[in-house]
Amino acid sequence: MSDQSSYFVPASSRLPIWMAFGLMLFVLGAGYTINDLDKPDSNSYWILIAAFAVIFSVFFFWFGEVIKENDKGMYSDQLNRSFVMGMQWFIFSEVMFFFAFFLALGYVRIFAVPWLGGEGEKAIANMLWPGFEATWPVMQTPDQSLFQGPKENMNFPGFANVGHWLPFWNTLCLVTSSGTITIAEHALKKGNRNSFKFWMVMTLILGYTFVYLQGLEYYEAYDHMGLTLGAGIYGTTFFLLTGFHGFHVCLGAIILTIMTIRGFRGAFTKDDHFGLAAGSWYWHFVDVVWILLVLVVYVF
Amino acid sequence: MVLIKRIFAALITCCASLPLFAGWGDVNMTPGVNALSREIFDLHMTIFWICVVIGALVLGFMVYLIVAFRKKEGDKPAQFDDHPVLEMTWTVLFAVILAVMAIPATFTMIRAYDDAEGDINILITGHQWKWQYEYLEDEVSFFSNLSTDLDQRNNIAPKSDNYLLEVDEPLVIPTNKRIRFLITANDVIHSWWVPDFAVKQDAIPGFINTAWTQVDEEGIFRGQCTELCGQYHGYMPVVVKAVSPEDYELWVNEKKEAKIQQALLTEKLWSTEELYEIGEGVYQTNCVACHQVNGEGLPPVFPALAGSDLVLNDKAKQIEILMEGVQGAAMQSYAEQLSEVDIAAVITYTRKAWGNDASGDGEIVIPKEILDYKNNKL
Amino acid sequence: MSAVIDSHSDDHHHGPAKGITRWLYTTNHKDIGTLYLWFSFLMLFLGGAMAMVIRAELFEPGSQIVSPEFYNQMLTNHGLIMVFGAVMPAFVGLANWIIPMQIGAPDMALPRMNNLSFWILPVAFGILISTFFMEGGGPNFGWTFYAPLSTTYAPPTVTFFIFAVHIMGASSIMGSINIITTILNMRAPGMTFMKMPLFTWTWLITAYLLIAVMPVLAGAVTMMLMDIHFGTSFFNAAGGGDPVLFQHIFWFFGHPEVYIMILPAFGIVSHIIETFSRKPIFGYTSMVYAIASIAILSFIVWAHHMFTVGMPIAGELFFMYTTMLIAIPTGVKVFNWLSTMFKGSISFETPMLFSIAFVALFTIGGLSGLMLAIAPADFQYHDTYFVVAHFHYVLVPGAIFGIIAGVYYWLPKWTGNMYDEVLGKTHFWMSFISVNITFFPMHFVGLAGMPRRIPDYALQFADFNMVISIGAFIFGLTQLLFLFIILKSIFAGKQATSEVWEGAKGLEWTVASPAPYHTFETPPEVK
Ligand code: HEA
Ligand code: HEA
Ligand code: HEC
Ligand code: CUA
Ligand SMILES: [Cu+2]
Repeated sequence: MSDQSSYFVPASSRLPIWMAFGLMLFVLGAGYTINDLDKPDSNSYWILIAAFAVIFSVFFFWFGEVIKENDKGMYSDQLNRSFVMGMQWFIFSEVMFFFAFFLALGYVRIFAVPWLGGEGEKAIANMLWPGFEATWPVMQTPDQSLFQGPKENMNFPGFANVGHWLPFWNTLCLVTSSGTITIAEHALKKGNRNSFKFWMVMTLILGYTFVYLQGLEYYEAYDHMGLTLGAGIYGTTFFLLTGFHGFHVCLGAIILTIMTIRGFRGAFTKDDHFGLAAGSWYWHFVDVVWILLVLVVYVF
Repeated sequence: MVLIKRIFAALITCCASLPLFAGWGDVNMTPGVNALSREIFDLHMTIFWICVVIGALVLGFMVYLIVAFRKKEGDKPAQFDDHPVLEMTWTVLFAVILAVMAIPATFTMIRAYDDAEGDINILITGHQWKWQYEYLEDEVSFFSNLSTDLDQRNNIAPKSDNYLLEVDEPLVIPTNKRIRFLITANDVIHSWWVPDFAVKQDAIPGFINTAWTQVDEEGIFRGQCTELCGQYHGYMPVVVKAVSPEDYELWVNEKKEAKIQQALLTEKLWSTEELYEIGEGVYQTNCVACHQVNGEGLPPVFPALAGSDLVLNDKAKQIEILMEGVQGAAMQSYAEQLSEVDIAAVITYTRKAWGNDASGDGEIVIPKEILDYKNNKL
Repeated sequence: MSAVIDSHSDDHHHGPAKGITRWLYTTNHKDIGTLYLWFSFLMLFLGGAMAMVIRAELFEPGSQIVSPEFYNQMLTNHGLIMVFGAVMPAFVGLANWIIPMQIGAPDMALPRMNNLSFWILPVAFGILISTFFMEGGGPNFGWTFYAPLSTTYAPPTVTFFIFAVHIMGASSIMGSINIITTILNMRAPGMTFMKMPLFTWTWLITAYLLIAVMPVLAGAVTMMLMDIHFGTSFFNAAGGGDPVLFQHIFWFFGHPEVYIMILPAFGIVSHIIETFSRKPIFGYTSMVYAIASIAILSFIVWAHHMFTVGMPIAGELFFMYTTMLIAIPTGVKVFNWLSTMFKGSISFETPMLFSIAFVALFTIGGLSGLMLAIAPADFQYHDTYFVVAHFHYVLVPGAIFGIIAGVYYWLPKWTGNMYDEVLGKTHFWMSFISVNITFFPMHFVGLAGMPRRIPDYALQFADFNMVISIGAFIFGLTQLLFLFIILKSIFAGKQATSEVWEGAKGLEWTVASPAPYHTFETPPEVK
């Protein structure tokens, strides 16, 4: 740690402009790829691949640079505080991103579906959808010919059957992993590196198990339950919420993997381990989102 | 500098006096023709005058400040920087003014939302870009299209008085009856607005909004679609004709009669020329918006019909497209909107016009084929 | 100063690098501020040019120069470019330049990310504009892109539009994280929260709003993307969704967004009125509380844009009341500005002229906003030119005048030269008059029943529309003068002192003009 009072202002850097370039490729690549989904002979996905290559390289060099600077002791406490705040506000923005999806779920459950099914203040809408009944999960959509409703759903099957219910195991994994990473951090702070490494690996195992189980669940949904993105509003909200959450778990798992590797290679000290701390906040954040999600998507 | 200031002064005066040259109705909201619209108009005038007074006070005070406190040699600006009592006072004052506005607004709101059944219930459906009216009790149903022709819009012909505010078939309602509108849409969101009734309700596909009116004078009332609904959003007028209850009865009966007559026409033997001619008219009112006068469409969104493989060679498919529409595209079903004769005619037209020379599977389509299609579906 | 820094970056204590790489690679808050400001100026002209197309088409009834389809593309991109390309980047540019100087910080907290958040903006707008040249044409569904017009019925380029919005959001979020962190973490010793300059305060709260609502916008466009390409049914009743859901999500973002476009202007105007009245700002504390209340209230008023979608009546009333409440804190601010001028010693340099016009014309726009807030009356106002009049009054003589005032105020600090005062005043008077010729008659045509977003209109609106168009052309041409004035002050003009304005208060006026490339490497002490 340095003790100088000045704030480190990095010299001009090529990294950001490369990142901007990578993002441009990404937008073009993703845009063309998605627009060409129904054209099997399209080559647009190469742009997308190039974009990922650029973006990941930039990340690699960028973090490398930051780690190098930190190791050289250029970062003051004040700058580290900037990183901490930056990460906290970033997580806040992520919270708001999920908020939009929770808002959507709440709105359809409280207003849209009941109205379409002939309940509540705008019940008259049911005139357009004769026969549609408001239930949650929506198993029969208003227009079955356009959106074939699911055959089965993922809802909480009651305590007797909880053992066959994947989300239960998922919850277990994620909640435990939040605990193990906390233990790992404490171990690091106490200077007990072996225990730190052990608990990091445990966290990773639990994290990846979650991802695996989630994959299994999706497979089940698509293959046996007729529960797809196109299965009406239940499938829509189900996949978007769990999907974006799953995506964030993957990101978190990748971050933690890198942190673990760095840990094994001797990085981090008792009181300087911002990268790890940031990763662990992120992990706690996905955990909290999951708990909310279990409650509103699966249970109630 | 002085000259510039004079010119500016003159300009300002001109602008400020502009409203005086125009009629009052051209610069203010219409009071409308029913109780609700008049109530809303009064509410509007109340809040308007409150705002004018506040605005005048603020701007007037500002002018005073500008004049009284401009910098002079050697003056000492005061240095106070707050006055809690004064600040509290105006905060409370604002709250009181707002309450004064909110109270009448609440009552008007409640009356506007009154949702009782009407004597007559009309289902209004917005389509790109026309309105469909269905009288739920009388089983009368028709579409209402813009009737201003293209030459006027393209500045070739002189513009009529009701330029862009005229339709081929207005909505007809009786006076002194409570009319309830059930408003929905078929494709995108539209909004049904008649200023004179103070009714503006969005037409949301898949949902129904309600509004009501009761008109006490006969007349023709004009409005427009007020939610951006695609390229011809500006060409989607609403025209309502209020007539006496007796005339209304007559009109309903006429409508029912006409429907029976239409059905008989499918039996008639049609010549190519007859169909082509009717088809041309149908095409002009219903199809040009998308497929264009020359049949070239506006690719990639609106396909060309001229030279289209489908039009030339696949009669059955074309009938199906016109009867069912194309899911997820602007191409809608015309089964309800056009009679069998019209549909047969317009297909014949597309197969013959713009150098199209369809000969496969018989060159023309006769109304009977459309009727058969309909019957087969049942 | 530590040795590490000297050895690491040789350009750190000298001036900027030479050539284009200075701008591409820069981590300096002043450079980045400059980039933002020029970018925003470019966008103002681009969006303005689109407005000119709109006004030319509306000059007379009948079809004039563009097709209805192209008109819609102009309209949509005019709104998007002005909001996301002109106003927001201008404020971020000002923040970059001024906030570190106002709080005595050496730079922004996260300088490399700062560079990134700027450079992805040209990417986003480049892609947005390139859709014009793709099959299907540019976005044509209004800047509010209501589903299903923007989903099922949109041109295929909507995919690129969606990603462009994502990128704009990423830029704003990163920019805001940077600004918040800078303000929270890098104030000079002794600068407590209640000593912070008001521009910094407004930006702190704006940045918070941005971080809260930009992700919601990202969520909204993501749902669109899924509906268009992956078969979901968020906005489709046939699957159990609701098109109105889109509007709720959009306006949950959209309403705070309009305050994002005005709060920093409030800050700028507070400084200018204080300086040119030669009196401390009146009611600093209540100003801060007012800004905070506006920000908090802005989260619970969104559905006032949706009074006609058929919400249950409880919703209508709730949103009507909350919206009206915003008049209170805003009124407090207006009265505070007036009280600051009261018993002052006022001089009327160009920044002050623009600020006074800001207060006057923003009040007009605010009052028409209040009329719109009255739900039953809004049944008649909604989606007419009355709304267009309202929001141009708060945006053009509001946000844009605020930005222009700020540019004149700080320009000598940036370039080291005074701008040409006579030209500046001419710019002001021309703008002031033409802006009113343009936007005032819109109230009349709106009340008389002219809907917005139409390329052609009925005959009774013809006279006013011609007046409006003429005003718009004058206003547009006047802005070329602005460009000229700025260029002139970059290359010539009277040398500015460090204080620039007699008695100007704040740390930014303690450094030389032009401000050195690096300021406050050792933090100043604030008493
Ligand atoms: C900078 C941007 C900005 C700002 C600051 C505002 C400020 C306000 N706006 Fe505006 N608004 C927009 C930008 C903005 N708006 C835009 C872009 C749209 C259209 C979007 C679209 O559809 O495309 C819009 C639309 C819009 C609508 C929807 C209209 C419709 O579509 O039907 C409404 C309705 O309530 C509204 C209300 C208000 C109110 C109450 C305020 C208040 O904050 C105003 C408060 C200020 C004052 C009231 C004046 C000063 C106060 C005093 C002098 C004190 C004394 C006064 C009293 C006690 C009354 N606005
Ligand atoms: C900050 C935001 C902002 C700003 C600054 C402006 C500025 C202007 N706006 Fe904008 N406007 C919006 C935001 C803004 N607008 C939004 C959000 C909408 C709604 C969109 C929607 O409905 O989806 C809208 C809609 C809108 C409409 C309604 C269209 C319709 O509903 O059909 C109109 C019509 O007159 C209009 C006009 C103008 C004009 C004349 C200016 C002028 O002030 C512009 C002046 C600037 C210049 C002209 C640029 C500088 C000069 C040059 C480039 C030189 C060349 C000049 C000439 C050749 C004369 N705007
Ligand atoms: C609102 C716009 C609109 C109107 C009005 C409209 N169409 Fe279409 N039409 C479309 C669109 C969009 C398609 C393309 C649908 C698809 O395949 O995706 C289409 C497709 C067609 C096709 C198939 C063309 C091909 O080659 O695939 C025919 C035939 C057709 N329309 C005939 C008509 C006729 C006849 C009318 C008038 C009675 C009409 N359309 C009115 C929008 C419209
Ligand atoms: Cu229909 Cu606008
Ligand atoms: Cu708003």
